[in-house]
Formats: sequence, C-alpha cells, structure tokens
Amino acid sequence: MNTIKPYLRLSGLEPLIIRPETNFINVGERTNVTGSKKFARLIKEEKYEEALSVARDQVEGGAQIIDINMDDAMLEGIEAMTTFLNLVQAEPDIAKIPIMIDSSKFEIIEAGLKCVQGKCIVNSISMKEGEAKFIEQAHICKSYGAAIIVMAFDEKGQADTKDRKVEICHRAYKILTEQVGYTPQEIIFDPNIFAVATGIEEHSNYAVDFIEATKEIKKLMPLVKVSGGVSNVSFSFRGNDHVREAIHSVFLYYAIKAGMDMGIVNAGQLVVYDEIEPTLKKLCEDVILNNNNENNEATEALINFAETVKAKGKEVVKDEKWRLEVVEKRLAHSLVNGITDYIEVDTEEARQKYARPLDVIEGPLMDGMNIVGDLFGSGKMFLPQVVKSARVMKKSVAVLTPFIEQEKEDRKNAHLAAGTINEETAGAATILLATVKGDVHDIGKNIVGVVLGCNGYNIIDLGVMVSADKILDTAQKEKVDIIGLSGLITPSLDEMVHVANEMKRRNMTQPLLIGGATTSRMHTAVKIAQQYNNGVIHVLDASRSVTVAGSLLSNEQKPDFLSNLKTEYDKLCFDFANKKVIKQYLPFTNAQKNGAAINWENFTPIAPTFTGTKILENYTLKEIAEYIDWQPFFIAWEMHGKFPALLTDTIIGVEATKLYNDAKKLLQQIIDEQWLTAKGVVGFWITNKTEADTVIVSNKSTKIPLEFLRQQIKKAEGQPNLSLADFISPNQDYIGAFSVTIQGIEKYIKKFEANLDDYNKIILQALADRLAEAFAELLHKKTRTDYWGYENEEQLTNEQLINEEYSGIRPAPGYPACPDHTEKYKLFELLGGEEVTGIYLTESLAMYPASSVCGWYFAHPQSKYFGVGKIEPDQFEDYARRKGMSIDDATRWLRPIID
Amino acid sequence: MQTVQQALKERILIIDGAMGTMIQRHKLEEADYRGTRFKDWHSDVKGNNDLLSITQPEIIIAIHLQYLNAGADIIETNTFSSTSIAQADYDMQSLAYELNVASAKCAKEAVKQSGKTAWIAGAIGPLNKTLSLSPDVNNPGFRAVTFDEVAASYTEQIKGLVDGGVDIILIETIFDTLNAKAAIYATKNYFRNNNLPELPIMISGTITDASGRTLSGQTLEAFYTSIAHANPLSVGLNCALGAQEMRPHIEELSQIANCFTSAYPNAGLPNAFGEYDEQPHETAHIIQEWAANGWLNIVGGCCGTTPDHIKHIADEVKKFKARELPVLEEVI
Repeated sequence: MNTIKPYLRLSGLEPLIIRPETNFINVGERTNVTGSKKFARLIKEEKYEEALSVARDQVEGGAQIIDINMDDAMLEGIEAMTTFLNLVQAEPDIAKIPIMIDSSKFEIIEAGLKCVQGKCIVNSISMKEGEAKFIEQAHICKSYGAAIIVMAFDEKGQADTKDRKVEICHRAYKILTEQVGYTPQEIIFDPNIFAVATGIEEHSNYAVDFIEATKEIKKLMPLVKVSGGVSNVSFSFRGNDHVREAIHSVFLYYAIKAGMDMGIVNAGQLVVYDEIEPTLKKLCEDVILNNNNENNEATEALINFAETVKAKGKEVVKDEKWRLEVVEKRLAHSLVNGITDYIEVDTEEARQKYARPLDVIEGPLMDGMNIVGDLFGSGKMFLPQVVKSARVMKKSVAVLTPFIEQEKEDRKNAHLAAGTINEETAGAATILLATVKGDVHDIGKNIVGVVLGCNGYNIIDLGVMVSADKILDTAQKEKVDIIGLSGLITPSLDEMVHVANEMKRRNMTQPLLIGGATTSRMHTAVKIAQQYNNGVIHVLDASRSVTVAGSLLSNEQKPDFLSNLKTEYDKLCFDFANKKVIKQYLPFTNAQKNGAAINWENFTPIAPTFTGTKILENYTLKEIAEYIDWQPFFIAWEMHGKFPALLTDTIIGVEATKLYNDAKKLLQQIIDEQWLTAKGVVGFWITNKTEADTVIVSNKSTKIPLEFLRQQIKKAEGQPNLSLADFISPNQDYIGAFSVTIQGIEKYIKKFEANLDDYNKIILQALADRLAEAFAELLHKKTRTDYWGYENEEQLTNEQLINEEYSGIRPAPGYPACPDHTEKYKLFELLGGEEVTGIYLTESLAMYPASSVCGWYFAHPQSKYFGVGKIEPDQFEDYARRKGMSIDDATRWLRPIID
Repeated sequence: MQTVQQALKERILIIDGAMGTMIQRHKLEEADYRGTRFKDWHSDVKGNNDLLSITQPEIIIAIHLQYLNAGADIIETNTFSSTSIAQADYDMQSLAYELNVASAKCAKEAVKQSGKTAWIAGAIGPLNKTLSLSPDVNNPGFRAVTFDEVAASYTEQIKGLVDGGVDIILIETIFDTLNAKAAIYATKNYFRNNNLPELPIMISGTITDASGRTLSGQTLEAFYTSIAHANPLSVGLNCALGAQEMRPHIEELSQIANCFTSAYPNAGLPNAFGEYDEQPHETAHIIQEWAANGWLNIVGGCCGTTPDHIKHIADEVKKFKARELPVLEEVI
C-alpha cells in the first residue's frame, strides 16, 4: 500500500521535499536589504533587473530556498516586497525554488504571502508580543499555506541559553499543533544564533547553546526543523571573509550533526569543511565549541590569526563556461536561458562580425529563438521561460535598431545624391499585433512582431488580453496597414471571429492575419474569413508572416494573392452565425450626474468688453493670412505630411514646394488686388445654465435656450461624461458666438474655369477655406485677448494656435462636441442673421459661402474639445422633448449619433 | 443520507460532464439568455452561461438531470464564472451572489427530481485575471488584480453557493495556483468567520500542455504541495488535456496525494474548430485502465463530454475498486 512520509514539503515552481538524507538546506541570504548593501542599494534605486540577478546568482550558487527581506527605514516595505516578489514570479530560474518571506513586520510578511503561488516559509513569528498575537499570526500564515519559522523569543525576551531556547520552542510547538492545526513538519524553529568571539565572556558559549538546544529540540519534537542565521555567529570578524567562511563551515559542521536542517547562508561563499587549513580549523573549533577558552584564549588566538590573513577576495564561482563559446552560441545561450546580463555586449560583437545588423537578427538571434520554439514545442521549456527569451530578444534588437535605422538613412542619402528614387521612404507599412481578449499568450505574436519589425515594417504591439474595440480603435487611429491577431487557447478562436466581424461592421479595409497555436487554416477559412471580406489570412509561423505581409502590401500581388486565397478558403467553407459587439452606456440621468466637475462657487466670470454683437467688415486679408494653417491645404491636395517638413519630403517634397510657391503667389495677388473680402461678426451675451444640458442666453429682452448633448458612453472611473453646458455657470456667466466668411470668390472661379485652369481654381478654393479658418483663429485670439479679454497675457505662436494651446474653445454646431446642426439657427439669430453675417444657411444647414466658419465661444479655463459619441434612446427622447422636435425630425438630425 | 466521505471509501464516484457543451446544443440566442428579466440589459449577455440559471433554469435543471440519469454522483453547479470579477465582462458583477444561489438551487431541484442520492459541488472557476502572471510582457511585475480582490470576489461566490445549499466546494480548472490559494483562503475564512461547519473542498488543477506544468509554471507535485494546506477532500486534474494526455499526471497524483483523487479530462483535444471529437466509448476505454490501476476516487468529464460519455465512464469504472487512501506515517 502507498505510504506518505511526514516530510516538510515546500514549493516554488518545483517541489522541495526535505528528507532526512537532504542533509542541509542552503537558504540564500543576499536578497536581504539588511544583510546586503548592494541589494539594498539596487532596491532603493529600483534597479530591479540587477536585483533579480542577485537572486539568480544565489540560485546558481546552490541556494535551495531564497530569503527575501525588505526591512529598511528608507523603503516602503510592503510595496518593495510586493514588487520584487511579483518580478521574481516572472523569472522561472529563480521562482523554481521556494521563497522565504523575511520581515520583522508582519504586514510585510502577509503582503509577500499574497504574491507567491508556491508553499513559502514565513521568517518569522514569535511569542514576543504574547500568545494571542502569536496564535493570530500563525492562523494567518496557515490560511496562505505557509510553513513558519518560530524564533525562540517570548514575552521575556530572546532566548540565549539552551534551556530557555528549548522551553520556548516546546511551548510554541504545543500551541501550533494543538490550537492552530499546524503539522509538526511545517514548523521550523530558529533558536537564535548569536555572535561568539566578541571578547565578552557571556558570549563565548552561544554557539554551544545553539548546538545543544538543537539536539534537545529534535529529541523532543522529531518532525520539526531547525534553522538559523549562520552569519551572525562570526559577526565579530566582519571584513575578514576568509576567517568568517571558516567559522561558518565549522559551526555548520557541528550544528548539522546536532540536527540543524537549514540555515541562512551565502551559498556561493561556503568553504568545504575538509578544505579549511588545519590551523584555522582548529582555532575555529575552539571558538565555536568554547574549548580552551578560559579568559578568552581561543578568541584571542583566532583574532591573532585573523590579522595574519589578508582577506582574500575570492572569485565568485559561477558556471560561466558558456562565455567561452563563439558569439552565436552565446547569443543562443542567453536567449534560451533568458539571461540579459551579456546580451548587449554579445549583440554588439555579433553586429561587428556580420555584414549588416539585420543579418544578426535573421541569423543567430532567429536561430536562438528557433531553439526556444523547439524546446517549448516539445515541453522542455514552459511559458514563463519563453516570455523571458522574448525579452532578451527585444533587448538585443534594441541594440541593433539604431544601426538598422542608420543603414536606411544612408541608403536614402545615397539615393538623394544619385537622384534616384528611394522606395523605402514610401513610409514603412504599419502592422498592428495583439493577443486577443482573454488570452495571455503572446510569444508567437512577439516573434512575428520582431521578424516583421526586422523586415522594415512598423509594428504596433498592443500586448495581451486586448479587447476588439481597442485593437480596431487603434488600427483606425493609427491607420495601420495590416492587423494581426494571436491566440493560444481555444476560446481565443471565438474572440478572433468577433474581431473580424467588428472589422466588417466598421467598414475597415485592412487585411487580417490570424496566428497562434490554437488557430488553423481550416478555422480561419470557415469561421473567421466568413465575417470579413477584405482578406483574412492564417499565418502558420513568423517566417511565413514576412511573405504574407509582402504580398498584401504590394499593389501588384495583392489581388492575385487574395483571390487565390479565397478560392482555397471557399473550398473549406460553411456558414456560421454572427456575433455582436458589446458597448456600454450609462443611463442618461447618470451621465448627467457625471458631468465635468467645475466648482462654480468660487468662480467669477470675466465680463466681455461689450454685450451684443460687433461686426468686422472687410477685414484686412494680409493680417488674416498670417494665421493660415497650411497642413490642411496640402491634405486637400492629397499630399499628406507635416507642414513644413513635407516641403522637403523625399517623395512629395519637390511637388509640394512647387504647389506652395504657386499658392503663395496667388495669395499675394488676392491680397494685393483685393479679390476677396473677409467679414466677421462676434457677439457676447449674459447666460446661465438652468438644467444639466440647457443654457439660457439673454439677448436684449428675449431668452434663447441652447440645448446641448452629453457623452453617454460608460467612461473609466473618474472620467466625466461631458456636455458643453458643463462649461457654463448656473449663476451669471457669459457665452460668445462668431461667424466669419470669405466673400467674392465666384467671379474668379468662373475666370479660372473659363481659362480651363483647374489648378488655380482649386488653389483659390483651398485658399479661401484657409483664409476663413485663419480668420476664425484670428478672431478667437482677439476675443481672448481683447473683445472678451479673459486671456490678455497670451503670447502664442501660430503653431501653438493650430495645436489649440489656448484657453477656452470655439466649438461649432454640427461638430463632435455639439453634433446637432439645428442649433446653428439660434447662433445665427443671435448674430443678426444672414443680413449681418453675410452667411446663408441651406436647408441642410450648410453655410454659404462655403468658406465660412461659425461657433460658440466658451471661456472657462476647464472648457475643452470632445466628441459626444453615440447616445442612447433615453437622452434622445429627452433632447427631442427639450428642443420641441418631432421624433422623426430629431432622428434625421441626430442619426450619426444614434444607432 | 450517506456522506460523500463514506461513499468515497466504498466506490469510485462519478462527477458529471460538460455544462457548456450541453448548453450549446440548445442553440440559444441573445434573447434566450436575456429572458424577460434582462430584456433591456445594456450589454450583450449571450455566452454568459451562468446567467441561464436565472433566465432559463429549466434548461439547466434538465442538463443536470441528464447527467444524474447517466450515473453522476456529484454534479457541478453552473457557476464557473459566477464571480464579480468574471461577470464584469457582462457588467453583471452585482449579480454574482444571486447567480450562485440560483445555480445551487437548479442543481438541488435536479437531484430532487431524479430521486437519487447525489452531492452538489459548488463550482469555483479560475477567473479571467491571474495573480501570478503579468498581462504585459514589458512589465513582468504588473498584476491586473490583487489577492485581496480575488479573495473578496470568491468569498461572495462561496456565500452564494453555501446559501444555495451545495454539499461541496469545488475549486477547479486551476491554471494559476495563486488564484486557487485565494479561493482556499476565502473558503477557510468564510466558514471560520461565520462559525459554520466547513464543507469538504475538492481541488482540481489544470496541466496546460506537454511541459506537464500549470500555466503559471508549476509542476504537478509543486502544485499539490502549494494547495495541500486546504486539507481537501480530493485533489485532481481537469480540462486542457484529453484522457490520453492526462494519464501520466493522474498516475503521479495518485502516488503523492494524501487525499482522494479526481480526474475529469476533456473529450480528447479540440479539433481545428475548437470542437471535441472523442467518442464516449473511447474516453471510457482510457479511463477504465486508470480505475483498474487503482488511481481513481472520482472521475467524470470536462469540455466536450456529454451524458453519453459519463454513462460510458460510469459503466466501465463500476467494475473496479476505488483507490485506497495512502497511509500517513507519523515518524520519518
């Protein structure tokens, strides 16, 4: 029959079973801020990578358990413990062994216990503050499944003699086994190792007391374990490692014989007992066993000896043979073992060895990653290790990236010098990669990202557990060229179908790549490709991703590639049901309660210099022209890029410069010959907010209610659901409005048309638009600094104006912050109508002349631009009611924001 | 009524098979999931299988009944995702407690209707957020959730299950041991703080792949060592693997566990569509060998298994004696 022995069983990622033949367990001590200055400094400076390598050194040096202590007045102990343990969990070569959570503060111990999946040891609890507290702490440790070290410490103090040590340990044992429910083998006693050879006579027997107590404890309670902090014993020889190591070895030799099971020691720095030089060994034995030590003779003898030996800085012995291999092997070793220590040096060496930096990636690095892939595939490596390998890979690639960029730059310059066309600068295609929601696996995706990145594509990697909305929002925002999804677990398949479906719903056009262990060509064809018509391609592996991306991004190859794929996939296809998206909205009343938090109590609005309207007739075009934002002008010409950089762009630069010169010439002519006239109206009125989304404007004797719409989508915690009404005080406040228009273009348009001069016709139209926008910008500035005057200190450049770095906003009805165009009626009524503004509103509420701009002015410093987004039926109905609109009318005007 | 502990000493007990697989057969649509009560719920709820215990209880009861009739001695409540953390996907975190009560009641009703002796295991799933792994590869120290949050969420689930009348707490499909430790912590403290007699705890981990480790990187023995303090009624494995792949791990577990053992594998490995092809007689054939070897105390099925699988398994294993508990020695 099967039997189970009462061994102490601990675990990290792997089990550690303490059997009689285990002899002695080394507990690594260097990851202790109280014992290691270096480690303390690394933690304080948050150099966690290096701090982890201290831990790794301990494991490589033979530690079977690692002691972690963050007790330092300068540290937030709970935070430091949590951070470091979380990081350790991501390092399988450290996390494989059990952890001893060491603190004199119990709250730090408990914080540590919340971070570790394995069975830990708590170091330590004691009866120093009485039985009740001891029992409570023991219960908590037990609820996390931890073994515990109990210090021989009670209400009276720390036990120094053999009898006191045994007595306290026995008392604790009874409490733990009888009241708390601990098994004897989960209890570890620390009967206190104190320094000997201090010159104080009472200290001379401390080592003997420990050894004798250990014997007695094991006799009384055979299943418990005994541990201790070994380095304490040699404390009086600090600075002389040679002697200290000998003392430790001698002490352990006798303590282990007496039954000591484990100890906190620097595992890499223990001299073998048999190899201690005989003189030193004898001296150490006398000190430890308190022999020949009347009047401190043994102590004196050891001190005298210690002065004769220079502390020899011993080299840290580490298995570093792999460092002697060729660079390719070293890179592979670092990748497979997840070692970052040498990756920069080795990568640099490889870079010099290979002709091109890209060769290093495609050669030794990919070879190394292939080994990782093979080991993972055959179950010889597991997930956390592979994730680490990827990090090493990233670090290596980071070393190479500047050189790869430099190469590109050099080629570009060579092309420029030779007058040839450089295809690379067509703007590298961007590929978005993400592991889908619910899945934490991303190594395959990372490799694909690295490989594609190394082949010259821009990679946006959204990481793991990414929702479809985030993937597609980002894809649309960043205008990516390809989207790649990854997943390893079977539920990810459904999520991929969902993403594909969403791409269709959003009318996206990017091809979708599917990869990851759980995916297959079959599933892709049958389930995912059905959802989306613009290309869904299963990619078997990273190397395949390069050719697939290449085919998809080539205008010549893409149609054939996709049609072949479709033929292939069609053969495999069946019909499956669709899925829908989840979007969350707040009830309207809740959204209203979550408006912008503005404290109106202490707010005194600044009064404009006038109320009513002011008309600016025939404003000087020369002044307006200084405010032109040229970038949209080029966009109108389908020349994309940042102004003025696009004037020197290698592809469009020459043509852009020509266009710019032509436009400037025409602009000058417009100004000089007064082709166009600029007309503006600006007005200010007393106002106040009467309802959450309603603002009443007092215009002479009439009161005009303005109705606003409010964001209703569920926001992140602490984010408001904005409405423009939020920026108006419920008490007396002011609101402004403006319109500008550029008149007189028709005659010149006709002239250009007559001359079949479309080029100048379009330049003129685009310039008129730019002038209207520039006038609006100019007028807003004058409003801020003069007419309204709430910002009379403002000194902003044109660029800053374009970037909207000013205070206050000028949103227009029909645009995202106030999407209802019909509010324009009220705006123009306030400004004096068509007669005064020179602007006519069409039945669709477009403004004529086309080069016109209007908007509200909000002055509150917290006012900002935003988009209302979609609204729900409750807000829709409320809004229609407030506006007095029929449901049909309201539906027509608000269609873009209702589903 | 006989206690589950007594029954386990006499014979191999049968635990039921997949709930999700059976629900899929009903081809339920959004409206079915919503029922009348949630017809205006602000987000889609299709796929929230646990919700069916409230909106379509007769379907859940019928599935339980099919498993009971197939020979299940232990049935699992339909509560795999009935925690505030998992339900947040549907913005239904406030329903967590109620879902557990409702599911426990469905299971009780099914047992009553069957007229058989059977025990109800309150199923506690692994959550969609893990305590040992960072979701961000560039920030390995990051955690999406804290131990305290996980423990609080589980405590609420346990309260619901206990109030609903379950006989056993089943912490299952554990791929991150720290999540399971939070569940154990919550269970122990729930009974202790409320002065209630502790229900037996079943623990079932998941070995995810050929490495023979949990997703969070532990070997089987390290996993067992890490949860042994729960003093569980049984420890076992479920999900991710088919019986074929699970075999060596069940063998190992039967050697090291000082409590009863359980195994409920998937119906083989999924095919390209994420579906399971293994036939009932095939699964039962592999499992009968485990029973013959004396490795098993509780056996059943996970993803892809059906009442037919359970019936085949039950018929095969009833020929064999249950695994005997190992002797715990008192001295080294």
